[in-house]
Amino acid sequence: MSKPKVATAALSGCFGCHMSILDIDERILDLIEVVDFHKSPINDIKTFTERCAIGIIEGGCCNEENVAVLQDFRKNCDILISFGDCATMGGVPALRNGIPLKECLDEAYIDGPTVHNPNKVVPNDRELPLLLNKVRPCQEIVKIDYSLPGCPPSADTLWEALNALLADKPVDLPYELIKFD
Amino acid sequence: MSQNLETFVKHVCRENGNDAGRMMDICRAVQAEFRCVSPEAMTLIAQECNCDRSQVEGVVSFYHFFSTKKQGEVVIWLCDDVIDEMKGSADVAEALKQELGVDFGQTTTDGKFTLGWTPCMGLPDQAPAAMINEELVTNLTGDKIREMVRELRAGASVKDLVKVPGDGMNADPRLNTMVSNNIRVKGPVIFADIENAVGLKAALAKTPEEVIEEVKTSGLRGRGGAGFSTGLKWMFTRGAEGEQKYIMCNADEGEPGTFKDRIILTECADMVFEGMTIAGYAIGSTEGVLYLRGEYAYMKEYLDSVLEERRDAGLLGKNVAGKEGFDYDIRVQLGAGAYVCGEESALISSCEGTRGDVKTRPPYPAQKGYKGKPTSVNNVETFASVNRIFVNSGQWFSATGSCGSSGTKLLSVSGDCKRPGIYEVPFGMKLIDFLKMCGGEDAIAVQVGGPSGELVNPDAFGRSIEYDDLATGGSMMVFGPGRDVLKVASKFLEFFVEESCGYCTPCRAGNVFIKERLDRIIDGKGDKDDIAYLEQLCNTVKVTSRCGLGQTSPNPVTSTLKNFRGEYESRIQENPDRMELSFDINAELTEAAAITGRMSEHF
Ligand SMILES: Cc1cc2nc3c(=O)[nH]c(=O)nc-3n(C[C@H](O)[C@H](O)[C@H](O)COP(=O)(O)O)c2cc1C
Ligand code: SF4
Ligand code: SF4
Repeated sequence: MSKPKVATAALSGCFGCHMSILDIDERILDLIEVVDFHKSPINDIKTFTERCAIGIIEGGCCNEENVAVLQDFRKNCDILISFGDCATMGGVPALRNGIPLKECLDEAYIDGPTVHNPNKVVPNDRELPLLLNKVRPCQEIVKIDYSLPGCPPSADTLWEALNALLADKPVDLPYELIKFD
Repeated sequence: MSQNLETFVKHVCRENGNDAGRMMDICRAVQAEFRCVSPEAMTLIAQECNCDRSQVEGVVSFYHFFSTKKQGEVVIWLCDDVIDEMKGSADVAEALKQELGVDFGQTTTDGKFTLGWTPCMGLPDQAPAAMINEELVTNLTGDKIREMVRELRAGASVKDLVKVPGDGMNADPRLNTMVSNNIRVKGPVIFADIENAVGLKAALAKTPEEVIEEVKTSGLRGRGGAGFSTGLKWMFTRGAEGEQKYIMCNADEGEPGTFKDRIILTECADMVFEGMTIAGYAIGSTEGVLYLRGEYAYMKEYLDSVLEERRDAGLLGKNVAGKEGFDYDIRVQLGAGAYVCGEESALISSCEGTRGDVKTRPPYPAQKGYKGKPTSVNNVETFASVNRIFVNSGQWFSATGSCGSSGTKLLSVSGDCKRPGIYEVPFGMKLIDFLKMCGGEDAIAVQVGGPSGELVNPDAFGRSIEYDDLATGGSMMVFGPGRDVLKVASKFLEFFVEESCGYCTPCRAGNVFIKERLDRIIDGKGDKDDIAYLEQLCNTVKVTSRCGLGQTSPNPVTSTLKNFRGEYESRIQENPDRMELSFDINAELTEAAAITGRMSEHF
């Protein structure tokens, strides 16, 4: 019998959540006994070639490419987990949401005190995905089945959640794993 | 100018005893004089009253009618209640925008006019309505408001706008307002004839304990919404530890669709003050405060004059009505536009000169209220009923109404009915009979008890109006065929979003999310998950909010989910792909497309 597939994506985050995935340490050996990793930055598989049981999303959506990837995950995964505060609530990238996009770009590329840009060029290449007016958490774009809080959520949180899902049990995290003060 | 400001602030603060507890009065005076409470003024007030500047700024930023930016000489607040909307407030708004050349929230360049929205100001039976400075103007149309603006521009005063005053005492020179009473049905408690001082003297002939006993016998329950036994509340306040005690009359009347306290204060002010005096005697208090919502500021002078008459007649002051040792007086405290100040502990905060902050309970006001002393807060109608109880008797009172809800109730009716206005009916009346009475038989929905109450469907029209069935503080909004109940619910949520004091997250943020999700369904962009989400979120907001505002704010949604579920189900979509239907990528890329001058590569 083939093992269930797990895919992961890093959208508008800092990669910290993916580092937290790796923080399960040697338990990753146990994990790959029961699942196969499919499309993920960890193994650099770029496209879906088969249906996945679980998709783990780090980060919200700040640009059109993020949206396309997230929608692709929704199409190809049975269960989607928004993993970490950026995915769930927008997080640090969403701090720009109160400021018009033009002002953000001008501050980053032209007016910022440490910027040296005599020609005042704001990068604008076809390769660069268009930014969204506002950074969106994942559940504003596709249906999300589970949200794991934390910045990043601890490796144990993910471990518990994955084990519950793979065993078809309710995801019932102990208080210590979802308490942050 | 700033010399002026300093002199004025010093003067006003001195007049108010340099007492930070009188912050509302001080800020109201400064706002009226300078059309704002500027940062400079706030600093001065803090110095004069020897309080933190943050207290002053807290107050100025909290209340709707205070502003730090200079407003126009004439401020026009148009009512944006749902009933006003049904009666054409959009036309009035459009006319105002055209005539003044500014949008809502703005001031004309000549500094003459400011335009703003405000929630229900107690005039839905004569909607659309607006408040122009302190004058209430009613039954507006686009043409009427244009004419008013032109007159004001030509130098007329706001009082000049009153061409034909309203009925009853509204025409009294002390009121002289175009507001009408629209009393449709008079009952035996509030609107029957009554003679001054008869009830008071009957009460003073008893001991305070006997007075409380009599109120208990009457079965009177609070008319402000919660329906707590008035006799018990007084007993607790009387029994509470403390030399000084206070009586407060809640005339905040902020629940949209409620306007019965306005009519009681207009026609039966003496009854209310007499009820407050009896209450003072019963609990052992020497001071009463009537908290009048800012929208009713036009009544302040009138109410003050009634109080003065009562002092002259010996019914207030030292040895009230000849009762040796019973000293009692009443003052009127004006609010400045904040629905939450109707909640009794927020009302007390406001009277104490701070933001309208809700206090954690216990301790209840009966134990620790105004200035930390035992306080009984009761509604206007409750006090008026008390007066009647002592003119007739507790026994007599309890014979009217239904078991568990004695006496009569004033209902203020608005919306799609032939005879909007005030009805005094015995408790226990069937909703259907009431609808016949007011000419609203073809209603498809009735909002009983205002936004925080319940929106009922025709299947429930056989239910009766009383505390243990369809409870209402007086608001009855009738919606006729063709009205969209989900849009009504959304409008109510907008009200709660505006009026949340922001203290606790479930109410501050939760109501925003409830409204957003509801609007999604109204726009045809929802699916069944959104209904489940609404059910869950409404419950969270209800059980985790700190005060009655947040505990009831999801009601428009929970009651439509219960009573009008088909309206939700017929608008949701099948969604097998599980994409969020409300997300529109093209709408999200407008700014980037404009900045970069290119189109999406991905979509
Ligand atoms: C948000 C909110 C607003 C309220 N507004 C009013 C009001 O405008 N008038 C009123 O009498 N009671 C209002 N109440 C109820 C009061 O807290 C209090 O129960 C009432 O004034 C007590 O008087 P009663 O016992 O005579 O009804 C409000 C409660 C809440 C939670
Ligand atoms: S949630 Fe925290 S760790 Fe994860 S991507 Fe966002 S900022 Fe990084
Ligand atoms: S429930 Fe709402 S109004 Fe009440 S304290 Fe909380 S935020 Fe303020």
